[in-house]
Amino acid sequence: MSRTLALVFALLIALSATHRASAQDAYALLASPGFDNIRQGIEELGRSGDLRALPVISALHDGELYQDAGHALFIQTPSGFLDARTGETRADLSAAALKKIRVNNRVREAIDEALGALRLFAPDPAQRRAAADAVFHAHDPSAIPALDRAIAAEADPEIRRDLTEARAAALLSATEGSVQDKLAAIAIVAKRGGADSRVVLEPLQQQTEPVRTAAVAALRSIDHQLQFWRLIQSIYYGISLGSVLLLAAAGLAVTFGVMGVINMAHGEMVMLGAYTTFVVQQALGPGWVDLGVLLAVPAAFIVSGGLGIAIERTLIRWLYDRPLETLLATWGLSLVLQQAVRSLFGPDNRPVQPPVWMSGDFHLGGLTLTLNRLAIIVFAALVLAVLMAVLRLTPLGLQMRAVTQNRLMAAAMGIATPWIDALTFGLGSGIAGMAGVALSQIDNVSPNLGQSYIIDSFMVVVFGGVGNLWGTALAALTLGIINKLLEPFAGAVLGKILVLVMLILFIQRKPRGLFPLRGRAAEA
Amino acid sequence: MSTVGTLLHLDGVSVSFDGFRALNALSFILDDGEMRAVIGPNGAGKTTMMDVITGKTRPDEGTVIFAESTDLTRMDEPSIAALGIGRKFQKPTVFEPHSVRNNLLLALKGDRRPLFTLFARETAAERIRVEEILEITGLAAFRDSPAAALSHGQKQWLEIGMLLAQDPRLLLVDEPVAGMTDAETEQTAMLLCQINRSRSVVVVEHDMAFVRALDVKVTVLHEGRVIAEGSIDHVSSNPRVIEVYLGR
Amino acid sequence: MKTAWIVPASLIGTAALLAVMNTAVAAGSPLHASTYMIALAGKYLCYAILGLSLDLVWGYAGILSLGHGAFFALGGYAMGMYLMREIGARGVYGNAQLPDFMVFLGWHELPWYWSGFDHFAFAALMAPLVPALLALAFGWFAFRARVSGVYLSIITQAMTYALMLAFFRNDMGFGGNNGMTDFKDILGLPLQADSTRVLLMVLSALVLAAAYALCRAIVSSRFGKVLIAIREAEPRTRFLAYRPEAYKLVIWVLSAAMAGIGGALYVGQVGIINPSEFAPANSIETAVWVAVGGRGTLSGAILGALLINLGKTWFTSALPELWLYALGALFIATTLFLPRGIIGLFGWRSRPRSVSERLLGGSPREVTG
Repeated sequence: MSRTLALVFALLIALSATHRASAQDAYALLASPGFDNIRQGIEELGRSGDLRALPVISALHDGELYQDAGHALFIQTPSGFLDARTGETRADLSAAALKKIRVNNRVREAIDEALGALRLFAPDPAQRRAAADAVFHAHDPSAIPALDRAIAAEADPEIRRDLTEARAAALLSATEGSVQDKLAAIAIVAKRGGADSRVVLEPLQQQTEPVRTAAVAALRSIDHQLQFWRLIQSIYYGISLGSVLLLAAAGLAVTFGVMGVINMAHGEMVMLGAYTTFVVQQALGPGWVDLGVLLAVPAAFIVSGGLGIAIERTLIRWLYDRPLETLLATWGLSLVLQQAVRSLFGPDNRPVQPPVWMSGDFHLGGLTLTLNRLAIIVFAALVLAVLMAVLRLTPLGLQMRAVTQNRLMAAAMGIATPWIDALTFGLGSGIAGMAGVALSQIDNVSPNLGQSYIIDSFMVVVFGGVGNLWGTALAALTLGIINKLLEPFAGAVLGKILVLVMLILFIQRKPRGLFPLRGRAAEA
Repeated sequence: MSTVGTLLHLDGVSVSFDGFRALNALSFILDDGEMRAVIGPNGAGKTTMMDVITGKTRPDEGTVIFAESTDLTRMDEPSIAALGIGRKFQKPTVFEPHSVRNNLLLALKGDRRPLFTLFARETAAERIRVEEILEITGLAAFRDSPAAALSHGQKQWLEIGMLLAQDPRLLLVDEPVAGMTDAETEQTAMLLCQINRSRSVVVVEHDMAFVRALDVKVTVLHEGRVIAEGSIDHVSSNPRVIEVYLGR
Repeated sequence: MKTAWIVPASLIGTAALLAVMNTAVAAGSPLHASTYMIALAGKYLCYAILGLSLDLVWGYAGILSLGHGAFFALGGYAMGMYLMREIGARGVYGNAQLPDFMVFLGWHELPWYWSGFDHFAFAALMAPLVPALLALAFGWFAFRARVSGVYLSIITQAMTYALMLAFFRNDMGFGGNNGMTDFKDILGLPLQADSTRVLLMVLSALVLAAAYALCRAIVSSRFGKVLIAIREAEPRTRFLAYRPEAYKLVIWVLSAAMAGIGGALYVGQVGIINPSEFAPANSIETAVWVAVGGRGTLSGAILGALLINLGKTWFTSALPELWLYALGALFIATTLFLPRGIIGLFGWRSRPRSVSERLLGGSPREVTG
């Protein structure tokens, strides 16, 4: 740190020789007694645009600026004290010989403003952009001179635009200024848009015409824009929720469609997938988080799928002609599974680390897209595609579809229906397991995880019907989007209630869902 | 019975299931008091025709006029049944847990409203009628046995009995002798002829001996439309019928 | 049914015996029935009413409702509202008009839907009426659309789940997630007193006996025969000119009202009602009571409710970790090995399978269950 500082100093000294005279006075003020003096010194340095002042004021901000008896300034660093003027390290000095320059709140405010103004001229463009934003938010008219200088000196067109917007905001907060200028400034700020622009324009509604009208119009256009982005954001959340629902419900649609079995333990298959992720991560250790999540996908498929096959062979196959009993038996199974997990892993949430490429977010227009949800959307689409491919292109899929449409005929043609049933149940459960891997990234991994998604999965199956996976996808997306669109108006809970009521009414028209199983065998 | 009126008139009825044409502009007329046998290969549309008449399936096109006054295509199953159209199914569907008596009792024509049945008591007239039907169908000895305990043939008769109990003007009977012995088949033919004395009947069957024993006009269906109609001898010598159904 | 009188007689007899054992027998004696036992007995009897109501629709009409707990809970809330108002000024905040939780929320007056609940008769009317109205609306839509089988079961689950979410909200005015509790008295009788407890318990037994008698009468009537026919072969009944929707609706509404009455008796004896009563898990548990006892027998529902809740009380105090395993195993074992329940073990047929049924097995999509 100190070496960089020294380099910066050397450069700045070379560049700003002419400013030394007035700057010297300002520095002297920093070493003067009285907070007002210090504050004045800071303000002058801020206005000066002298980048050399940056480390000094930063040090003051961090409580690392000292003075000696001769009012010379020194910056404290880990390797000793630096002379603020020359930048050389003074190993001979110790804290005992120096006095720390103290600040109060008003001084602190002045420091922040000065830093903001100075950073407008920083060599790093990211710093300059940040400084322009900061000044926009502060919209202090006194920054206008500094801004004018910065705009003139700025080479990067984007940053120049930011600076111009900051200047416009500052201008609008000033009491003086021609109507022309104000109107122009309103236009600039309106074009920037966003909630922060709104804040700047809000108080202008109290002013006289024509500023008032312009401000009101600008606010309205910003509001429309904000509403639009909010809508898109809700839709994004809706698609994200829909993709989660799709993952959770796809397996259920497959087993219900092919076997007519409603598996109440389906939620637990999802839960086990989430726990598999936890176990895999624990086994691989903290350095392998990224790989862990990727490995967890096939692992979860095998764990849940294998368990599914076992359940089918030991329990479900005795209950085929009694779908309502199957419902009850699988409910009992879900209780056993939940309690087993509770005993093995404890009732509390288990932590699962998201991989690096799933953390963070990025902005698109007015949208904030979190990477973890985006990854899940992609994952859900992939899973759907693979599932459809299996059903449509593989022999197993062909046999499954045959059994769905006409069980007796399929058996008569030599398809081993019991084996198909076991594999189907395994496939459905395996998909649920993979859903659990995805859910572990956005939800708590606890024994009750399955219960939170089982009712929603049922809703997707009831709404979408079981004749077609596209129906499942459509149902999941629709339910997700409707849920999220209602949320801002009705709140999460009431939104959920409304969706449930709408579903009950929807069933009036389509008791078997959007895409029911069709054909004479299905009518039977 | 020899009233001249038309009891049932299917006019240009078409039904498609997912692209498959089950009925293709079918037209069919039954006189009041007539018994008709309907034959044809599998998939010809015989059961679908019955589905349309009884309201289970709504046709895409065409009308079904009953007693020259009512369009059945606008009504649902219970309303059509209440009009006096009864149906016996291919697979005997009786109420297994109920006794033979109770099956007949439930089928007896009467007030079907829930609040009525909640307080209904069995009347003497009902008891007598049930006994009559038990006699006709030969099930008197089984009156208190659960329907589940009956043999296949007996279940068929129970269903015919339930049909009679409804006191219908028109009976639609779908393959009544499937799975019966020769003796039972003959008995069933006699039973139907007896029933025909006071009601109209449409019988769907594959058993040619049975159809011959009925000695009535025959309609041959194929691919959703009528290809021949007349006496059994007339249609058996029709080359088209031979080609698609009877064989050489 | 000549032996039908055994059930109500034994219920009333046992209740009377317990009453005597509590009031007439001294506390130290081994024959004394403690307050705890009386409270438990009362609770079980209310559960038995709920089980009975479910057997009506499931055992006889083939409707597996996984949301009957909602009707029970609604009846409980109706009576709970009366009990809350009875607290009057004796609550923590001392407000004679408003229950504590409303004062806590900063409300100033009683919402309109609370009016009338300061009268016992009104609450006693609402307890069966509100569930009946919900059942009417729900059933009218569901049965008319011919929703059946697992689809119907799923949406009944959705119904109770939605209600649970709604009642958890504090701004609904029903106590939010804490529900209603701290009741003081009913019709002037203190709820904590032994005498009141005994009274309520005996009343529950009487109501259960009456409910049983009513159910018995219904299923023996022609209406009951039609219901069974609908359960067995619904499409066939249409061709006999019956309207299954109408029959299902009638029995569904009756069943809901019955469950509501059970809930009303329950809340006074348990001392609390909260939204977790609406939890789908509770309704599904009710189904296992009926399944274990033997569905379609009426007495099976009562037996199942009593036995399983006894088991639950024992397990949750002796081996709490194992209760869920036991319950889960019970679900599985009953469906696999005891399809006709305990009563069925004694040869009482509820749903015999014919030769043809056993041969053909039935298709996996046979949706009437």
